[in-house]
Amino acid sequence: MSGHIKVYNFMGLRKLATIFSLLLLLVSIGSLATRGLNLGLDFTGGSLVELGYEKEANLNDIRSQLEGAGFDGAVVQTFGAPTDILIRLGSDHDPKLGDKVLAALQQGDDQNIELRRNEFVGAQVGEELREQGGLGMLLALFMIMLYVAFRFQFKFSVGAVVALGHDVLIVVGFFSLFQIEFDLTVLAAVLAVIGYSLNDTIVVADRIRENFRKLRKESSMEIMNISLSQTLSRTLITSVTTLLVLVALAVFGGEMIHGFAIALLVGVTVGTYSSIYVAANALIMMGICKEDLIPPPKDDQEAVDELP
Amino acid sequence: MLNRYPLWKNLLIIFVLLIGALYASPNLYPEDYAVQLSGNRDIHQVDQPLMDTVTSALKREGLIYKEVELTSKSGLIRFADGETQLKAKQVISTVLGDNYVVALNLAPTTPEWLENIGAGPMKLGLDLRGGVHFLLEVDMATAVAQRLDVYVSEIKVKLREDKLRYRSVTHREDGSLEVKFADAAVRDKAQSLVRKDYTEFLLQTEDTDKGNFLIVTLTEQTTRAIEDYAIKQNLTTLRNRVNELGVAEPLVQRQGRNRIVVQLPGVQDAAAAKRIIGKTANLEFRLEAKPDASRGLTDTYEFRNEPGRRGVLEKDIIITGSSVSNAQSTFDENGQPQVSITLDSKGGQLMGRTTRNAIKRRMAVLFVEHKARTLIETVDGEQVERRIPYVEKKIISLATIQSVLGSSFRITGLDGGGESSELALLLRAGALAAPVYFVEERTVGPSLGAENIAQGVTSVQIGFALVLIFMLAIYRVFGLLANIALCINLMLLVAVMSLLSATLTLPGIAGIVLTVGMAVDANVLIFARIKEELKNGLPPQSAISAGFDRAFTTIFDANITTLIAAVILFSMGTGPVKGFAITLSVGIVTSMFTAILVTRALVNLTYGNRQLKSLSI
Repeated sequence: MSGHIKVYNFMGLRKLATIFSLLLLLVSIGSLATRGLNLGLDFTGGSLVELGYEKEANLNDIRSQLEGAGFDGAVVQTFGAPTDILIRLGSDHDPKLGDKVLAALQQGDDQNIELRRNEFVGAQVGEELREQGGLGMLLALFMIMLYVAFRFQFKFSVGAVVALGHDVLIVVGFFSLFQIEFDLTVLAAVLAVIGYSLNDTIVVADRIRENFRKLRKESSMEIMNISLSQTLSRTLITSVTTLLVLVALAVFGGEMIHGFAIALLVGVTVGTYSSIYVAANALIMMGICKEDLIPPPKDDQEAVDELP
Repeated sequence: MLNRYPLWKNLLIIFVLLIGALYASPNLYPEDYAVQLSGNRDIHQVDQPLMDTVTSALKREGLIYKEVELTSKSGLIRFADGETQLKAKQVISTVLGDNYVVALNLAPTTPEWLENIGAGPMKLGLDLRGGVHFLLEVDMATAVAQRLDVYVSEIKVKLREDKLRYRSVTHREDGSLEVKFADAAVRDKAQSLVRKDYTEFLLQTEDTDKGNFLIVTLTEQTTRAIEDYAIKQNLTTLRNRVNELGVAEPLVQRQGRNRIVVQLPGVQDAAAAKRIIGKTANLEFRLEAKPDASRGLTDTYEFRNEPGRRGVLEKDIIITGSSVSNAQSTFDENGQPQVSITLDSKGGQLMGRTTRNAIKRRMAVLFVEHKARTLIETVDGEQVERRIPYVEKKIISLATIQSVLGSSFRITGLDGGGESSELALLLRAGALAAPVYFVEERTVGPSLGAENIAQGVTSVQIGFALVLIFMLAIYRVFGLLANIALCINLMLLVAVMSLLSATLTLPGIAGIVLTVGMAVDANVLIFARIKEELKNGLPPQSAISAGFDRAFTTIFDANITTLIAAVILFSMGTGPVKGFAITLSVGIVTSMFTAILVTRALVNLTYGNRQLKSLSI
């Protein structure tokens, strides 16, 4: 069975991989603890104004103009293009804020400035979204664990959830380390990473289960290596196609979904790695053996019946 | 062996594809710039003569329109471009005046036969077409307190009728009522009386040296009912107001227990929209107090336009703005703005009865507004918003009653034409049952929306092209088949989204891009299996069959778990996240159909009917 495919000794590197994963996690947790997340307007509450300039805008000029007009503590940055300016202000609410900011900046400038976007999120709403987001993530992990435990076996579900937790932490840690803004769309991306990474992990787990039932002589370690080698080309091809579209999204999708694309790029890369090294590694650590999968449910038989 | 699908399976696939193509097709027709007309009252119908007036006015101005449509309630005029549309709106508004709502709209150009089978294009979210999004919070505490006030006067009347002497009825901090009695026996009688008539109260007694108290608390159920009523009332009023604003396809929807979402596509002036939507303006009509009236029966208010000047009014309210059935802003003989008001029959009766005995006295119109101050406090190192609601009542006019007033009269003494038309609008649309506060606001300019669409479409196209090329390079003929399946998948995704009239947002487009990337996964799994089976020595036809069969459980499990994540995302998410979750969920389902069934059918068609010596995969 395995003779036709080159078997790579993935598990031979498992100690190194464990150290590597722990290192990544340590950096992520450390960064989250010390630097925290650069939460977007959705989660912090406050006001945001996006302006379009005709020519390249000078951030320092804008800052001093705003200060002169009485907008203290304004955060000014470019958004995608040097002519596109994003201004974030504290949480006082004013329906005419956008127009006021525009008027204040238009005064000292002969070029035409366009009000592109104006957002306000109440502090209360922001806090609720933060809570809901965390809750949703936990719920998703729990439901998936339940499903995997039901379809596979308990050890597999622990392995899958460990891999997912690993991926989510590293993606969030990445956003913390580089202080990239974390908003609602990024949260959606993180949940999509859960979906993607899981997809990968299930495919590998499926093969591990199959091989445990089919190959009687080989050790657990060998079965892992065979299964991972068999699924390797599929894992890589799917990752490449997904990464291709994500790169397209990151490059051409515009600034509004840049964070989203970045989160998924990191997530898919880490997810690919984790389905090879984290989920399988966790199974070995929990001492997965043939007995765990016996008596085998009549899966193959079912599969044929279920086929449309 | 040969790989062939039974006829019914092929027919089923063709059927699904045809249906998909049919429902996806409306998205190919570009939308027209249009102006929509509707009457703001039932008496102002949009009919053929009116449309003729409008079209002749457009012709006079040299504005070319494409088509005029008239339905039972509204009219629609289509234009070739946005510039003409904006000019035309100006012209039409001037011609029709106050009685009609003239709104900008993007009208789908779906052919009638497609519309008849329920097909239509996907809706675009605010981030793609520009517009304003508001999240309003309804002040429930005030809604409940207002209702309690009604109960206070009812209880007082009841006790008086039964000659049960009470000392006072007061509100407590926790929202309950406290009725004070001189002795316990009377209190107990009062308790059984109230218990008999009101099931919505929880009654408790309290005896202290200060007196004997009856504590009246609303049951949880009643509080809920009051809150529900307040939300529903507010929704109705907000819908009326939004309609008056003249926005095409607005969305006014409850969210959670005490919030309301308002989305106004295409609206750019957020401040103006907010002024109208959030206003809890109401009117009260009261008589001026007689000079000898006792203090307890009067209230003193400031004039709205003359700070410092005050008027003393009776506490009794004749009618409020809720009795107003119609209001129009007009100008009087001197060119001063005024509001002509028509009352409903009950309001007219009350007004007539009161004014009959009050000729030559003066009547005041009070302008009532619920407002709130927002304080930012620092509690435990965290910034906390605190809103302190207050009611502002000011006199807008105080005029001598010349004769008995009936159900129609005028209010003068207003500031400029803008205020009178705004007041008329608010009176027509009705008052909010409870004050609302803005807790979220998002405005997206139209140019940004257009840019978002352009960038979204570009990234879908490029991502799609990259995947197609990659698959072709890796799997050759099988890659081509997978690519055809992928195109069909995209079509089905669009068809399902259109059929559900789901809203396409920017994160939704990102979801499509991601689906494109992930959809090939199922095919990759199948092809990898076929390759493996070939290496294991199976003949080509058996390898194809085994590859599809063996990969099925894997694909199924992998997709179900992703679907779980997507459904959770949908149920807990708001706005943008929901848009992403919808495309992702729909994409998972359609990709399973295309990757498994359609690809299999294509493979069967290509290879299934002949003996193969080898397979290039």
